[in-house]
Amino acid sequence: MTPEMAAPLVELSGASLVYGREGEKTLALADATLSIGKGEFIAVVGPSGCGKSTLMKLVTGLLPATSGSVKVHGEVVRKPIKGVGMAFQNATLMPWRTTRDNILLPLEVVEPHKRRFRANRAEYVAKVEALLASVGLGGFGDKFPWQLSGGMQQRSNLCRALIHEPEILMLDEPFGALDAFTREELWSVLQNLWLERRFTTVLVTHDLREAVYLADTVYVMSRRPGRIILKRPIELPRPRTLEDTFKPGFVDIVHELRDCIHKEHA
Amino acid sequence: MTSEKSLNALRLAMPWLVTLVLFLLWELACIGFRIEEIVLPRPSRIFVVTLERWQILLEFCLQTLWTTVIGFGLAIVAGVLIGLAIGASPFVYSGLYPLLIAFNAVPKVAIVPILMIWLGVGPAPAIITAFVISFFPIVVNVATGLATIEPEMRDVMRSLGASNYEILTKVGIPRAMPYLFASLKVAITLAFIGSVIAETVGGNRGIGFLMLSAGARNDTATTFAGLFAIAIMGVLMYALCVAVEKRTTRWAFRGELVH
Ligand SMILES: Nc1ncnc2c1ncn2[C@@H]1O[C@H](COP(=O)(O)OP(=O)(O)OP(=O)(O)O)[C@@H](O)[C@H]1O
Ligand SMILES: [Mg+2]
Repeated sequence: MTPEMAAPLVELSGASLVYGREGEKTLALADATLSIGKGEFIAVVGPSGCGKSTLMKLVTGLLPATSGSVKVHGEVVRKPIKGVGMAFQNATLMPWRTTRDNILLPLEVVEPHKRRFRANRAEYVAKVEALLASVGLGGFGDKFPWQLSGGMQQRSNLCRALIHEPEILMLDEPFGALDAFTREELWSVLQNLWLERRFTTVLVTHDLREAVYLADTVYVMSRRPGRIILKRPIELPRPRTLEDTFKPGFVDIVHELRDCIHKEHA
Repeated sequence: MTSEKSLNALRLAMPWLVTLVLFLLWELACIGFRIEEIVLPRPSRIFVVTLERWQILLEFCLQTLWTTVIGFGLAIVAGVLIGLAIGASPFVYSGLYPLLIAFNAVPKVAIVPILMIWLGVGPAPAIITAFVISFFPIVVNVATGLATIEPEMRDVMRSLGASNYEILTKVGIPRAMPYLFASLKVAITLAFIGSVIAETVGGNRGIGFLMLSAGARNDTATTFAGLFAIAIMGVLMYALCVAVEKRTTRWAFRGELVH
């Protein structure tokens, strides 16, 4: 066994986070302990305001843990870890850049691409076009984000999060604002990309079917202050299909997660 | 099709038509109420005076124009730099912003005599007055553009490992551009006010001086000719700012042509 397989890529032990200083303090996340293996796809579900986005910010180092520790590659995270891919519920594309230039952004910032960018622009543009085509956006590179539909913007957003082949991908309700059909289509787009590249992924979602469809492990969080109350490995074979989501084995897991969250609400 | 075309033509002609009607009413009112020329000259009279004195008008117009443009240019440079500093750093913000507000509250007419003591009579007080009066809106707008970067956008950049400088150049500055251009439209008009005030209070050239000296000679028609000259220059410079804005920040209008 290589040490990489033995030690998980991301390790949270007893991590908690308090927003605000004197006076108004909010305990957003309490005592989170979890580990994510390299190439693992985890999903985090839980009631609104329970600290899921906060958990993501801890893992990426955007916020320092108030207590406990966050380790990536065995090292304590103190500042934003580099080269993570992130996508949020709203696409946050830059309206002044074309879709292609938006997706090129990470390559202008992340090493080693940054150094090679000017000289190898054509090569990178080809890479972007290929990725766009793989999410069904071939030929839309020249359009500005505001010329795209919400679903198309979210696809571009996904491309931007993936173009630099990040080791870790963070998705915060990326499909939340989409209609059911587009959402389900993007699940399979994402699953295919993941099967191909095996980036370590943290997906925050409200949709239990989405979590079970995509993840290797689903974590359920309690109401604020958020604690992890259930860790549920999903051992369904891959690639999973939309058909599978209506089969008994799948539905049972969804129900189990639902019950867990309902009890929490009661 | 044709009706749409003619509607469009009408829309373009509207400002001219309205101006024409206004002038007509003015002319008729002057004749009808027998208003004396020293009180309010008729537009036709102003037009004639403009033609008679076009040489001096043009010369003084150009004088006012270049002092204004230089003051305005300085205001853009200083306004952008200070705006970026204030918008990017809360530290600079808390230090400078109250001072800027206090400074902006000072009536600019009050500083012209001081400038004249320091710099004497000439173009310098006009340039500086144009500068100080037009620079505040630029600072505020650029700083606002920077300060309102979406936190998610910042998070995306930071998680890519971008430095503060990269966040500024790749997100902050492009984002601040529409704010900058919106402020330029206001600032150029203010700059004209500034230079004309300086010329009026103590200049020896420029439209402001021309109007003041004509007023002293009871030559009201020339004063009005000066007013129109300023208005025309203001509109032209404003249109120039709008044209530049449209070229550079098309995305901010989502492709719609806003007039
Ligand atoms: N910047 C902040 N300052 C103060 N409190 C905050 C801040 N961000 C979040 N909170 C609080 O922390 C708690 C957790 O917020 P978080 O955004 O992590 O929730 P979430 O699980 O992502 O919710 P949702 O599912 O609605 O996105 C919330 O109760 C919120 O009020
Ligand atoms: Mg959230």
